[in-house]
Amino acid sequence: MLRQFHALPGLLAAILVVMLAVTGAILSLDPILQRAANTPPTAGQISVAALAEAVTANHREVDRIVKTASGAVIAYYFDGDRAAADLVDPKSGQTIGPYAPSDFIRFVTNLHRSFLMGDAGRAAAGIGALAMVVLSISGAMMLAARMGGWTAILRPVCGTASQRWHTELGRFAVLGLMLSALTGCYMSLATFGALPDGAIVEPSVLTDVNGGARAPVAQLAALKSVDVTDLRELAFPKAGDLSDFYVLNTAQGIGHVDAATGAMLGYQPHGLGRQVYETIYMLHTGQGLWPLALILALAALTVPFLSAFGALIWWKRRSALPRIPHNVGAQSADTIILVGSEGNSTWGFAGTLHAALTQAGHRVHTAPMNRLVPAYANAARMLILTATYGDGAAPASAKRFLARLDAVKHPLPVAVLGFGDRSFPHFCRFAEDVAAALHARGWPVLSKLACIDRQSAQEFARWGKDLGNTLGTELTLTHVAARPKTIALELIERVDYGAEVQAPTVILRFAAPKATLNASFWRRLRAPRLPEFEPGDLVGILPPGSDLPRFYSLASSNRDGVLEICVRKHPGGLCSSFLHELEPGVRIEAFLRKNPAFRPARGKAPLILIGAGTGIGPLAGFIRHNAGRRRVHLYWGGRDPASDFLYEGEMTKYLADRRLTHLSTIFSRVSGGGYVQDRIASDANELRDLIQRGAQVLVCGGRDMATGVARGLEAIIGPMGLELQTLKSTGRYLEDVY
Amino acid sequence: MKKYAVALGLAAAIAFPALAQAKTVTLNTTLKGYGGNGAYLAIYLTDAQGKFHSTLRVAGGKAKYHSHLRDWSRGERRNVDGITGASVGSGQSLKVSVNVADALIDAGYQIRIDSAVENGRENAAEVVVPLTAANAGKPVSGKGYVKSFSFDM
Repeated sequence: MLRQFHALPGLLAAILVVMLAVTGAILSLDPILQRAANTPPTAGQISVAALAEAVTANHREVDRIVKTASGAVIAYYFDGDRAAADLVDPKSGQTIGPYAPSDFIRFVTNLHRSFLMGDAGRAAAGIGALAMVVLSISGAMMLAARMGGWTAILRPVCGTASQRWHTELGRFAVLGLMLSALTGCYMSLATFGALPDGAIVEPSVLTDVNGGARAPVAQLAALKSVDVTDLRELAFPKAGDLSDFYVLNTAQGIGHVDAATGAMLGYQPHGLGRQVYETIYMLHTGQGLWPLALILALAALTVPFLSAFGALIWWKRRSALPRIPHNVGAQSADTIILVGSEGNSTWGFAGTLHAALTQAGHRVHTAPMNRLVPAYANAARMLILTATYGDGAAPASAKRFLARLDAVKHPLPVAVLGFGDRSFPHFCRFAEDVAAALHARGWPVLSKLACIDRQSAQEFARWGKDLGNTLGTELTLTHVAARPKTIALELIERVDYGAEVQAPTVILRFAAPKATLNASFWRRLRAPRLPEFEPGDLVGILPPGSDLPRFYSLASSNRDGVLEICVRKHPGGLCSSFLHELEPGVRIEAFLRKNPAFRPARGKAPLILIGAGTGIGPLAGFIRHNAGRRRVHLYWGGRDPASDFLYEGEMTKYLADRRLTHLSTIFSRVSGGGYVQDRIASDANELRDLIQRGAQVLVCGGRDMATGVARGLEAIIGPMGLELQTLKSTGRYLEDVY
Repeated sequence: MKKYAVALGLAAAIAFPALAQAKTVTLNTTLKGYGGNGAYLAIYLTDAQGKFHSTLRVAGGKAKYHSHLRDWSRGERRNVDGITGASVGSGQSLKVSVNVADALIDAGYQIRIDSAVENGRENAAEVVVPLTAANAGKPVSGKGYVKSFSFDM
């Protein structure tokens, strides 16, 4: 809900908001430059009378002296019949030079206020300011919700590059933007008369003007008593009209001053509205408050980037959701399908189910599990299709499902279908958790929890038949897995290890293939480029004769120019055998998947990297990209240093150039050897010290190893009064397990 | 036919008695190319001593800025919505026709113009022209933003 509140005004008002911000940033340079050009007088330094005297001494017929909001003093005068204006030093009244307001600043000001479109544009600018208020508040609330409370909003952020940039810029700028936006709203409402704009009310003209010969301006008592710091404007009486008088406008009020006697003839103090308006004007423009102007300018400059990254995030989220034809709104549907999916394969099954139910005459709404809402007006049943992530955790699109479940008022008959891989110990664990949670809350069971092994289309069809029987309609589910859109990769290098210890392992380096001669002109012109990825992201590879992709952790970033993976050959493994037979020059089809959940937090805190076997791949990638030379400790276990010491050469180099601080290896097939969890136990003191200093732990490798490491670390940090669960929930203990 | 025309003329004379005693005066104002935002103008009548008599035309619709037309705003206390138009841009012209009572012509009254521009000058009575038949059609220039002003009748 909060996300919609943020995304909708963000998208609708993006152009308005960006225009306002960019023009606003340019305008805030003005007070900074003005302040650099001259320093304002201090209180008590010079009176209005003295300033006016100095100005009249240098000009023949002064018409008006104006002090702008930024503190510049302008003297308007006539030189014969020629009207002119000079910029004047506010401390002495001496002429600095002719005053020529910048056409560029005027143009930008008009763009900022009204988009050069009169009152319609002024209204649009007001709407833009309002959108900015909504965006700032909803953005701050989203940040707090995501980081786990207001006290945590300054913690390092995880996520994709656009998410990180959007968050970092947003929290840097949010207070400045909120100030600009709120004051902008006030000014817009004042323009349209909905709020007081502090218009100056002149005292009525009195007839008892002395009318005698004019005294020198320096001797006028009413002008002598006012300091230049309080001056707003002094209008001079017309030369030929002895009944005319000075009009003195100050911070406090406006009055008429007799040109002969120097007496104040009539005085009208400014109302509260004027003071409020002046303060808000100052806060909005930074005029007369140049450090604020600087802060507002910097905040405003983030807005184009915030918009661009925000739009990118929105678009990626949107395109990640598979399009489901005939998707009915949540409130008008009779059947609700909720999907928990980490990649997108479960969505394919949901799509098939959706189509079949729609065919059978149902009105079906399909959504991610995270979009569970408290009430469905017309629903008669709910079907939940969910995968399990990692070791029994909720997949990405279902992370908030259990938390939202309590808000649902009216339970519906529900069926849960899990997707998983029977070879893992926690097959369909999350689906079981969901079914149990629903049962505990008294949701009626529409059909028993069922689990689909390795995306079996047959098992899915069978479940559909059973569901059809329950619903009293024939339901034929023919699921054809959609092949993901792939890119071509060309193998350019392979390094083999481990054949002697019955663990053949290969490091494969792929590059984007060069365009062939018959490719289009534009393709040939462009250098071959890999899509964007980071170490720890995943590459999906479809082995010949299978629709089930296998995923491998990446050991490189696209900036390295290669896509690098580390693959061990499993006996009878379809994909690993296929990859092990590849020779340089051969091309394969693959697709990339982001894995922002397994990435080192940014900053200087130490890293503890733990892995075994091919788990070293992403860890090696993290070390390779440790440009900031933070402390990195790598614990890694292999079989025999003579045969499967993966990345041995690279690690030596990284130790030498301090990208790697400490390397600790252990091998299982040598005498006195052991496993990486043993190495950890023997290094307990060192690890405790690192964790004390805020270290983040990243574990990559097989499931048994990960379980052993978790148990080992639990024992190490226990005496510190820490729990592994605490480290996990604050992102300081991450696992990538297979 | 002729009878109808006479009747119609009679009816018009009864319905619009003011027409019989008023002249249509066309005011032509052209501004200098001062290069700022649109100028606010007040074109009004005063007596020979400069005492405000009545407003002929105001250019610039936001009433809160009218106080910058200094002499005029001190004199005019009535609502001027009906005789107010848009502000006049730099180098642009304003041509309007107004009705002026015959009694004011050649009777010592003056046409005056106050002008003001945002972040610019405020000119009170930058144009002062006696409202006489002899002055009609003779352009004068102002000290501030008015390049030329003339009236025809």
